[in-house]
Amino acid sequence: MYNKGTIIPGLILFVLFVTFPIWFNGLTTAGDLPKPELPPGGEKQCVMPADYMRANHMQLLNEWRDNVLRDGDREILEINGKKYPKGLQMACMTCHSQKEKFCDSCHTYAAVDPYCWDCHLTPNEAGSKEAMH
Amino acid sequence: MDNKRRKFLKIAGASVLAGIGAPAVIKLTAATPALASGHGEAPAHAPAPDAHGGHAEEAPQGVRLGMVIDLRKMNENPEMLDSAIAACIAAHNIPEFPDKKNEVKWIWKAPFENVFTDHSASHSAAKVKNFPSVALCNHCDDPPCVRACPTQATFRLEKNGIVAMDFHRCIGCRFCMAACPYGARSFNWQDPRPYIKKYNKEFPSRMKGVVEKCNFCGERLALGQEPACVEACKGTGAIVFGDLNDAKSEIRAVLDKEFTIQRKPTLGTKPSVFYIV
Ligand code: SF4
Ligand code: SF4
Repeated sequence: MYNKGTIIPGLILFVLFVTFPIWFNGLTTAGDLPKPELPPGGEKQCVMPADYMRANHMQLLNEWRDNVLRDGDREILEINGKKYPKGLQMACMTCHSQKEKFCDSCHTYAAVDPYCWDCHLTPNEAGSKEAMH
Repeated sequence: MDNKRRKFLKIAGASVLAGIGAPAVIKLTAATPALASGHGEAPAHAPAPDAHGGHAEEAPQGVRLGMVIDLRKMNENPEMLDSAIAACIAAHNIPEFPDKKNEVKWIWKAPFENVFTDHSASHSAAKVKNFPSVALCNHCDDPPCVRACPTQATFRLEKNGIVAMDFHRCIGCRFCMAACPYGARSFNWQDPRPYIKKYNKEFPSRMKGVVEKCNFCGERLALGQEPACVEACKGTGAIVFGDLNDAKSEIRAVLDKEFTIQRKPTLGTKPSVFYIV
């Protein structure tokens, strides 16, 4: 084979380069699963079982949004004696008061950047302008 | 988000240009029989007989929320109007920009002649000229803003007549602002959050690039509360809110008794906000 000395190291470099994400992830901690912190106050119950919420919270929020805004159906859900008005701020954030430790831990891991927070206030943000006035 | 909005607008802009261009091309290429044959067609703006009969119009059925604002009472007690405006600002996280040109307003004060352009006269008394009036979205029965909105972010709730907005859907094209003859809509030219004095944590804020306006406090009505501005004037009767189609409602009693005017009624948008002057 001509140019053996260049081709073989070149091939090795190429393979290393192409498989970089695989072995880099294995060597570093990038693959750690997120550990969202449950709501403070020992809140165990949600509007749906945890499995369902993990997989479908975005669909549920979309549904609520359409119910409330487009159909004018703001019926308050009652689950095991607890009342939930349909709304991210009005229901979810009252328990999940630590968005940074709950929502963000998975969203950052999955590299999704939901723009809910451009308008909806997290408890932290809402609190930031409560002392004034 | 910004990225997506921008991309969408680019595509929308390009398609509009293409759309405007196409008829021009067709006009140039196709023969124009209407013009050639002279009087072949009636002019497009000829009034159709009886189309605007006025009295023949049928009132929409079902709940129709509306408002009567008593400007006499508002003027006796100017602080009341200020507190009504403040209540709306607090309830809806409305930003207060120092610069007037960025202003976001849901309910606001304006000179009489600006609010009631149909009623301005060249020799009106100073008292009338300086009569501070109040304006807000009229929740029109036939709202042009709804027709103009390409994404249906603005729509009409059939069950109560509120002209509502789904801020999630607004792409910031501002067609609705151009369509509204009352200037009842505002655009967020910049991030509103730094200019919100105090957050109401039950209600979201908006973001840059979104249009907003009065929502007749749909979120409060759902909880059995009155609109925030109505509550702020409680006990004075300066603002009466209720169902225009309910013959026994307080608002109908006021409408039956008092002389009221609407803003620009001749435009046919059928405003649901009435004024006692
Ligand atoms: S006042 Fe303007 S924004 Fe309000 S419903 Fe009528 S046209 Fe739409
Ligand atoms: S009805 Fe509600 S949203 Fe509309 S002006 Fe009054 S307080 Fe503001």
